[in-house]
Amino acid sequence: MSDNNILLRVENLVKYFPITRGIIIQRQIGAVHAVDDISFFIRRGETFGLVGESGCGKSTTGRTVLQLYRPTSGHVFFEDTDLTTLKPEKMRLMRRRMQMIFQDPYASLNPRMTVGEIVGEPLVVHEVAQGAAVEERVDQLLSLVGLNPAFSNRYPHEFSGGQRQRIGVARALALQPALIVCDEPISALDVSIQAQVVNLLEDLQGQFGLTYLFIAHDLSMVRHISNRVAVMYLGIIVELANRDELYSHPLHPYTQALMSAVPVADPLVEEKRHRIILEGDVPSPVNPPSGCRFRTRCPLAREICAEKVPEWREVSPMHWVACHMV
Amino acid sequence: MADLLEVKGLETRFKTRDGMVHAVNGVSFNIKEGETLGVVGESACGKTVTMLSLLRLIPTPPGKIAAGTAHFQGSDLLTMTEEEIRHVRGARISMVFQDPMTSFNPVLTIGRQLTEPLELHLGMSQAQARERAVELMRMVNIPKAEDHLNDYPHQFSGGMRQRVMIAMALSCTPQVLIADEPTTALDVTIQAQIIELVKRLRDEIGMAVIWITHDLGIIAGLAKRVLVMYAGYIIEEAPVKELYGNPLHPYTLGLIGSLPRLDETQRRRLVSIDGLPPTLYEKPNYCPFAPRCTYAYERCWKENPLLLPVGVDHRAACWVDVKSGSHRE
Repeated sequence: MSDNNILLRVENLVKYFPITRGIIIQRQIGAVHAVDDISFFIRRGETFGLVGESGCGKSTTGRTVLQLYRPTSGHVFFEDTDLTTLKPEKMRLMRRRMQMIFQDPYASLNPRMTVGEIVGEPLVVHEVAQGAAVEERVDQLLSLVGLNPAFSNRYPHEFSGGQRQRIGVARALALQPALIVCDEPISALDVSIQAQVVNLLEDLQGQFGLTYLFIAHDLSMVRHISNRVAVMYLGIIVELANRDELYSHPLHPYTQALMSAVPVADPLVEEKRHRIILEGDVPSPVNPPSGCRFRTRCPLAREICAEKVPEWREVSPMHWVACHMV
Repeated sequence: MADLLEVKGLETRFKTRDGMVHAVNGVSFNIKEGETLGVVGESACGKTVTMLSLLRLIPTPPGKIAAGTAHFQGSDLLTMTEEEIRHVRGARISMVFQDPMTSFNPVLTIGRQLTEPLELHLGMSQAQARERAVELMRMVNIPKAEDHLNDYPHQFSGGMRQRVMIAMALSCTPQVLIADEPTTALDVTIQAQIIELVKRLRDEIGMAVIWITHDLGIIAGLAKRVLVMYAGYIIEEAPVKELYGNPLHPYTLGLIGSLPRLDETQRRRLVSIDGLPPTLYEKPNYCPFAPRCTYAYERCWKENPLLLPVGVDHRAACWVDVKSGSHRE
């Protein structure tokens, strides 16, 4: 595996959000351990899936990768540039190469801007195009995502959820980025519309060789779209492997429980399935459990799990897991 | 077994500033004692409004139940007096709502909200009701139930709240439990907890369950029979295995095809349904799915198909036999 095939490398990334008390004199009284020492890489042209339940830190990871949040510690290498140490003006140049599609198509588009302005804004901000060239490019982008270019004078509220998400995709594509972070791009959409957007993302990837960091909680969709998948729990990655390897041989007890909890739309399969039902809720990230973070809900937990943080190791080629019991 | 609930020709409309919204357009179905019925459809297909109409929880105005009957144990829910329906609601038919965050009263304790139906419907004393409330909370696996009686809803997590909601719905041992997307706001591992819980309680109490969802996966493992709704109509009805193995409405086919599967090994392109669901401002005199349907022909644009038998216990509303591509009589 040659190094220049890797587009993004994340090393020991940590992001804590401070909890403060007091109005004038603010003291820090704790921290939300949103992302706590995670490492992974993404190859050029692949789709890297990041799954986990709400509050596990998957969105924070996506935003920290793009430097929308400054990491507490750790490094993010895009090609060979360390984004965490870049000066703001250099970072602005790098942003052309990495874009984001947000979860909520209702909140992520400015209601006072027309679709043409929204999609054209990155071109203007980054001084890539001006005047008529912007309009031309906007028309091109809109037809690319399956919208009528004649709609560029309309406002976001005139569109349905699926169409708005297409506008978000067009905006992300405007600067011809190499990497797009898709943060739950389909979870706010109806089932029949989800398939439309996923097919669009796949088509665009084929056409432009895009690399996706695909963040989602829907394990079936992540399996469908990803080449490799990482599973997050309470701020850490517990398992990472190629898609088929992960779904056919999940090793971490959390991955196993998560997979078994997902319903399959086939009554014949459902009849035979065995469910692992986890007890209780996810602990608070303000005060995560000692040792292994999953131990409070883990059916296999033993003493060592409370004492020692499990090592992140490669148990078979390209299959990493953090668990004492594997 | 006899029909416990029989709904015929239910129509519900809402008068809005932009015109009349035809939310439910002549829905008929029945449910037997102890049966689990799944109701599937996307947002705004009328699945929730149908159930709210049965319990007469539609705000009137702007809503109006324009036609239909709903016979439950010999009496019509839709023509009962307010007083009578109040004795049905929560006691014999109860409902669990989608959002566990907003369906509790935030200024009353969990204990008070649990004991209220017991005192009202079953005439228990306060002490009896509190005792029963603790039992109910244990039944839905809330640890240290006594200590939680004086807690307020915000002190509970989403999964715990939904469990209390279920405890509340089951407190008067209803014959029918209507669950309206009870797990949509929850994570998958918590969703699995809730589904297991409802299955267990259903078998213990022997109640009928109507489970409304947009997730075909949940229904596959839970329901015996399924209704598929679109634009305020039931467009297909079949036993669960028949529906997934032999879907006969193009919309159902599309829905099943648009789902990626957890056990998928071959990478295939998802089948997407083009276009958008219709607005409900007019009641169409053609098939409401025709604008998005790949099978549609002339007749689909002239006549709205009725829900007619197409197999054993299998009904579909379509002018096309999707199996052969031939047109139906």
